[in-house]
Amino acid sequence: MTVGEEKSLDVLDPQERLRFEQLVLPHLDAAFNLARWLMRSRSDAEDVAQESMMRAFRFFRGFHGGDARAWLLQIVRNTCYTWLEKNRPVEAATEFDEELHTQPGPNPEALAIAGDNRERLSRALEELPARFREVLVLRELEGCSYKEIATITSMPIGTVMSALSRARGRLQQVLTQQHSVSRQAATS
Amino acid sequence: MSCDLTKSVLHGYLDGELDAARAADFEHHLISCSECVTALETQERLRSSMLHAGLYERAPVKLRKEMHAQFGSSPRPAARQPVQSPQWRWLALAAMFLLVVFAGWRGLSLLRGDGGETTLASAIVDAHLRSLQPGHLEDVQSTDQHTVKPWFDGKIDFAPPVHDFVEQGFPLQGGRLDVVRGRTVAVLVYARRKHLINVFVWPTTEPDSAPVSGSQLGYHWIDWRKGGMEICAVSDVTTTDLGELQQLFTQ
Repeated sequence: MTVGEEKSLDVLDPQERLRFEQLVLPHLDAAFNLARWLMRSRSDAEDVAQESMMRAFRFFRGFHGGDARAWLLQIVRNTCYTWLEKNRPVEAATEFDEELHTQPGPNPEALAIAGDNRERLSRALEELPARFREVLVLRELEGCSYKEIATITSMPIGTVMSALSRARGRLQQVLTQQHSVSRQAATS
Repeated sequence: MSCDLTKSVLHGYLDGELDAARAADFEHHLISCSECVTALETQERLRSSMLHAGLYERAPVKLRKEMHAQFGSSPRPAARQPVQSPQWRWLALAAMFLLVVFAGWRGLSLLRGDGGETTLASAIVDAHLRSLQPGHLEDVQSTDQHTVKPWFDGKIDFAPPVHDFVEQGFPLQGGRLDVVRGRTVAVLVYARRKHLINVFVWPTTEPDSAPVSGSQLGYHWIDWRKGGMEICAVSDVTTTDLGELQQLFTQ
């Protein structure tokens, strides 16, 4: 850490530090989890979570109450995309791909097999474009409301439902594909 | 035939985001649309798979410690590395000695009192953090107290009190053995909404005592003794929640 950075960390007076500790620090797990799934790497997620905390600390004066988790996750998300754009530009540019998106017929067999299989689900989730992945992580893992998801992703609240619908459809599709690939491998 | 609602309203319904009128409309629609019924079942299964697969990844202990050292309101001494003059060190030593004597005089375990409190509290909070890393939480994973209780038999020389408080909002998740400061302790794991609570139990010869609580690294703990057991619950839930659990244990 450079001297300049060290100085900037002292911007908050003790009372604000305490507020930061009580309001923002408890959401470190949420920050790490979102970063981990957006970056698809635990070690990159550690760096990004750390950088996000630092930014949050610096901008904390601009936080005037409300949903601290959503506020922090917004910073985490921006930090992730900035990092991805710089280091993995192709990945960051992949937006919702409507052409690829087809709602598959539900395949209960494939889903049953995916069941509690962490490995399979985790691979499927990682295969999704980041924009799909983030809404699923926020909704299913973090338990965010549509309003919170809208705040975090800067998406109009009216589009959260359809974004989730598309993301879930795609996840189902990937799980079904995985399933048929593994079945082919087993029978050949 | 394809029902458009499977791609829209169904998700709002699944997520509990529809207002009462729209939810009622959709429920009415479900009566006549088998496609939506199937899609809803599939989505519910997918959601429950995601929830139970343990995909949530918590921050590593190292990162948590660093963040608290850097941004907490009371940075830990290790992070600050204060330069102490020898006189101060002697004073600190003398103060520590007095506190140890004082704690000993009051006949309290090290968790209690102001002096030695930090050591055992740190050890317990560290054990709690360790348990949150993937695959470390439970040795026996069961919500059934009649499975968890016998599991401890023969592994430790005391019988921890095992109860499921699912109806009171603290479902039992399982149990494990842990070592806290060289002593083998029984740990019961409870859930509280999306949070986890570790309840550490070990035998003591001290008399029963009222609960003492504190917090460290953003985690709260509450410690009490009852019927020859010292019990310490740790979690990131509120102290009120921990107090509630403590009440259930002592009932």
